[in-house]
Amino acid sequence: MNHARRTTATLTAALTAGTLVLAGCASPADPGAAEGSVTLDYWLWDANQLPAYQRCADAFEEENPDLQVRISQYGYDDYWRKLTAAFVAGAGPDVFTDHLTQYPGFAQKGLLRDLNTLDATADVDYGEFQEGLPDLWVGQDGGQYGMPKDFDTVALFYDTNVIEEAGLRPEDLEGLDWDPQDGGSFEKVLAHLTVDENGVRGDEEGFDADNVAVYGLASNGAGGTAGQTTWSWLAGATGWKFTDKDVWGTEYHFDDPRVQDSLEWLFGLVEKGYMAPFEEVGTEPNPQQALGSGRAAISANGSWMLGTYANLEGVDLGIASLPSGPVGHPVSMYNGLADSISAQSEDPEEAARWVEFLGSDDCQRIVGEAGVVFPARPAGTEAAVEAFAERGLDVSVFTDLVEDGNTLYFPVTDSFGSIEAIVQPIMDEIYIGDRDVSTLTEVNDRINGLLR
Amino acid sequence: MAAPTAPPVPTVRRSGRRDDTRLALLFILPASIGLLVFYFWPLVRGIWLSFTSWDLLSPAQFVGLDNYREMVADPVFWNAVRVTLLYVVINIGLQTVVALVIAVLMQRLSRSTLLRSLVLAPYLVSNVVAALVFLWILDYQLGIGNQLLEWVGLDRIGFFTDETWAIPTIAAVNVWRHMGYTALLIFAGLQTIPPTMYEAARVDGASELRMFFRITVPLLRPILGLVLIISVIGSFQVFDTVAVTTNGGPVDASRVLQLYIYDKAFAQFDFGYASALSVAMLLILVVVTFFQYRVTRAGQTDLN
Repeated sequence: MNHARRTTATLTAALTAGTLVLAGCASPADPGAAEGSVTLDYWLWDANQLPAYQRCADAFEEENPDLQVRISQYGYDDYWRKLTAAFVAGAGPDVFTDHLTQYPGFAQKGLLRDLNTLDATADVDYGEFQEGLPDLWVGQDGGQYGMPKDFDTVALFYDTNVIEEAGLRPEDLEGLDWDPQDGGSFEKVLAHLTVDENGVRGDEEGFDADNVAVYGLASNGAGGTAGQTTWSWLAGATGWKFTDKDVWGTEYHFDDPRVQDSLEWLFGLVEKGYMAPFEEVGTEPNPQQALGSGRAAISANGSWMLGTYANLEGVDLGIASLPSGPVGHPVSMYNGLADSISAQSEDPEEAARWVEFLGSDDCQRIVGEAGVVFPARPAGTEAAVEAFAERGLDVSVFTDLVEDGNTLYFPVTDSFGSIEAIVQPIMDEIYIGDRDVSTLTEVNDRINGLLR
Repeated sequence: MAAPTAPPVPTVRRSGRRDDTRLALLFILPASIGLLVFYFWPLVRGIWLSFTSWDLLSPAQFVGLDNYREMVADPVFWNAVRVTLLYVVINIGLQTVVALVIAVLMQRLSRSTLLRSLVLAPYLVSNVVAALVFLWILDYQLGIGNQLLEWVGLDRIGFFTDETWAIPTIAAVNVWRHMGYTALLIFAGLQTIPPTMYEAARVDGASELRMFFRITVPLLRPILGLVLIISVIGSFQVFDTVAVTTNGGPVDASRVLQLYIYDKAFAQFDFGYASALSVAMLLILVVVTFFQYRVTRAGQTDLN
């Protein structure tokens, strides 16, 4: 099926016919496909973002009458299986939303196009994006394998009613500090917000840690290798980093006492009664439900969950910054998605035009205005901040982290899938209380062995 | 007088036999093709892949016995074997006893068709739906099962989130779903036992319990053996219930072989290793089935 690979310059009649057949068999039900046009398949997983990207596609088609964009959305878990199956069958999308955990493997197998080699994306100025995001998508060979589309950081969500019931004001949750030894003022707040079955608070005499009605901190599980919303902001605030390099590190640092102490403090909250035990949350924790049902008072979660938390019924949503750690400020994981072009695409140059538009101020502003995620370009980020403000949400705590550079990168390394398969059950075991954090030292040797 | 009519008969038979063979081959053909294409070919290819390193996207590379060497040294594999065996023992043990009791009650107590349909009802529910329903019922926080425990005055149990409870709970959920079907198979076997045996026993003054152990169980042996072989093979292949309820967790407490194979193949794209695991499972099943067949003497009956 590679008979229709062509450049925009050599649009001969014969090849146009070939493309027509392709477009025809690919989209028999698409009435919008005009004659002589190329249809690009675009995949994404977040249903909440679908309407915004459809608007982007409409704007793009208007400017480029010869191109059609067909968007498909699949749930996150199915997305990767479907994508791999599609690669095997040679029937994948031309352009798709990519994740940092997945792209190293794809790039290694030669499944992604280097954006620098395509006309439309060769001259993109990556300096115009939020600091650091484009670097995450530079492969080990120096190729640019993704056009940054958005970013996310972590903050604390809470129900103002619950805070006030405890005699605290929202301001009391600002500027908290934390350290892995005694938990600092953050642990004191968690203790105070925890209430047992008899109405006794966690910091009061006679508190029953085995029968808790409201937990101070909502559990979001053990977090696996990245601990994105669970423990990375704690370990990060001690100055710890996942690997020896920001991207493409070859050594993980799970043998560092700082991460081990952070994990011990977090999962030690279970015994103190400030966080639900593993038994209660299982392998599919639902912190937003815990907050919505009043089972927990504070929930640490990512900015992509803003809409979900804002829609919780009966919750007067408040957002506070993560506590600052021994480094003197809060640290959040800074993760970003990007759009990648499949090496199997029949029309890479046309796909590059669509990707260039996805990474432009025009499209990112449209996405920002939808108020779901923070787009990767400052103009888009501003549009999102405004959109959230219109809904009464001050999201500056998320964007401040990026402006102040208080961020920690998502670990981008080889063999992430195999590493996750080893680390995830081990983190669960630590959460359950069956494994000592110090055993991570030996686990670290094992996963570093995979990277050698 | 019969002699003159005899000669034509063999010719008719001969020609008839030839026709039969062709027709038979024709009838067997579609099933044979299906068997070859969808069963033997994947089997052979799977065994071949177990000697390779293959990630689906780049060509498979022959690596000899590397996958098997890795497997023997893989603690997760041995844990998966242990967990799967535990599941099979609990699942089959419970299921067979419950199904046998239901079948005997259906035969000796009530022959109502309505009752028979009701017993079979759980089998009509898909595995995934049954698992989801029990996931809700037994949820630690919201499940009605745990509410009941609390009302009775017991502690809540993390049925799917506690390492000791996960496998027994999953086994019990599948017993609930399969017991009716197994009971029906056994019930069919019970019908082959001549009623005269029970009449004779009753005349001799045997109790219902004695008749069960002295007549029903021994004469049911071949059927029971067959049911066991089929259900044990099915039990070893447990996947959907685990995938829906625990996804192998907590830690590796319910990481059964099939789930580990699936994980390796479709989450880590290590198809060579996953194939080696599948071959190991095939070998385990061959051995288990062979011994079951020998021990239960499923091929013989005591009725003659």
